[in-house]
Amino acid sequence: MTDSSGSPLSPAPEDVGLDWLDASGEHADIALSTRVRLARNLQGFPFGPQAGDPDRASVLDRIRSAISRVSSLEGAQVTDVTELSPRARRLLLERRLASRELVGGEGRKPNPGAALVVGRRRPVSIMVNEEDHLRLQTLGSGLRVDEAWHALDTLDEELGREVPYAFHPRYGFLTSCPTNVGSGLRASVLLHLPALVLTKEIGKVLQGLAQVGLTFRGLYGEGSEVVGNFFQLSNQTTLGKSEEDLVDHLDRIVRQVIEYETRAREVLLRDAAGVTEDKIWRGYGLLRYARSLSFEELMNLLSGVRLGASLKLLPGLRVYPLNKIMIFAQPAHLAEAVGRELSASEEDVHRAAYVRRILASEGEVTPDGGSAERPSSSDPTG
Amino acid sequence: MICDNCGAAEAVIHLTQIVDNEMKTLHLCQACGADKGVQGSSAPPSLPLTDFLAQMGKPPSASTAVATRNRCSFCGLSFKQFRESGRLGCSHCWTTFDSHLSGLVRRIHGSNQHVGKVYLSPDPSVTEREKKLEAMRRRLQRAVELEDFERAAELRDEIRTLETERP
Repeated sequence: MTDSSGSPLSPAPEDVGLDWLDASGEHADIALSTRVRLARNLQGFPFGPQAGDPDRASVLDRIRSAISRVSSLEGAQVTDVTELSPRARRLLLERRLASRELVGGEGRKPNPGAALVVGRRRPVSIMVNEEDHLRLQTLGSGLRVDEAWHALDTLDEELGREVPYAFHPRYGFLTSCPTNVGSGLRASVLLHLPALVLTKEIGKVLQGLAQVGLTFRGLYGEGSEVVGNFFQLSNQTTLGKSEEDLVDHLDRIVRQVIEYETRAREVLLRDAAGVTEDKIWRGYGLLRYARSLSFEELMNLLSGVRLGASLKLLPGLRVYPLNKIMIFAQPAHLAEAVGRELSASEEDVHRAAYVRRILASEGEVTPDGGSAERPSSSDPTG
Repeated sequence: MICDNCGAAEAVIHLTQIVDNEMKTLHLCQACGADKGVQGSSAPPSLPLTDFLAQMGKPPSASTAVATRNRCSFCGLSFKQFRESGRLGCSHCWTTFDSHLSGLVRRIHGSNQHVGKVYLSPDPSVTEREKKLEAMRRRLQRAVELEDFERAAELRDEIRTLETERP
């Protein structure tokens, strides 16, 4: 992936699996990314809590030898998660390529045989020996549920010809947890919904989701808190509907939520333009000049700035650097860039420095026509 | 945290409501939550599953007692272990505990019949192949209805290949 802003991070972790940051997809200012995953298990091996170390090793062997015959995985890289340093494991988590279940953490080591297969040509990856033997996944920029599903479907068909999946005529693809059985499909879209939060309409929207079979989570998936007004919407059930119905339904509802968010933004600009602009510019000012930033503070300020970029209230500011900040200003990424573990206060200082550099490299963002901003008194005209 | 409603049990459901533009958060225990019709839908799926499993265990009926003794002959998982962890240990578990899983799956998904992709193992039987073809024809029909002709052409080719592979 090219780095148009000239990465100040050195040595930078390899930019694997970060294509989704490029903000190229549909509605990319509101919909950051689309993820689809399929849970699969191999016939003949215990899975979940009953999988022993030799079983896990056999599963990984089967996958390793299948990769060369699967064209979706041409040139794919296999990473043995157990051989990674704790920081490298956290990097995978922060990149959203691996789950906490796969990489361990908080004192828990990854399970033997835990591995990550990352495609080079296609944005597909496989978590091996997670809760299920295989979690096939794809992550793309913006709203592209259908496209993501087709990429994953192809990988699934190809891989299923090489390794035997556990399949039941009535229950479909068998999983360790009954909440995933059937299609094994979970599709999710990460949405930035600041206007629905500011206009206090978000509660209604989230309650409505449950009624249409969708659920929401925070930035890091299952069990994570909502930060920076980012909501991950996904299907709740996996059995009884075809994969196409599941992804179409999600796509339809997400488009509706984006429409609500867009309308809420119009309301904000109509009824509270001054307050909204002030919030956005304050956020930008703090990010541009602060000397210390916690991740939470960053995410909250970034939410306003992202809204500003999307509404063109911060002229010239692109969404891509803001996406990049979300990933590279996370704790493990900062530690990786500096080359050592950081104390909390050091981390905040490095985070602020990184954010300043990225925003500075975007050039001056100056209010011009179309904005309600008046020239300041220190700006003598003529 | 104690339940706002009964003031006795531990609150496990945290319901945020927006009433008259004012945000209110209610902390409820499992029982009071159920009374108010809150299913904890915003929580991770492990919560409803635990609920379902708890419900399953309510009347300690004869069938539950039998199932509790049952172990999967392939992986050795007992039904009791499943109820504690919510995780099955192998594909045979799905057959061993079928009578219990059928109802559970229906409550989770609103259905207990898979209607999505049909998997064809590397060495398929004739019926398996027919089922797979049936599912692919459904997908083809759908692609045509949606005027997704690129996808339809792909599916048509895949169906032809599968048909010619017929033993």
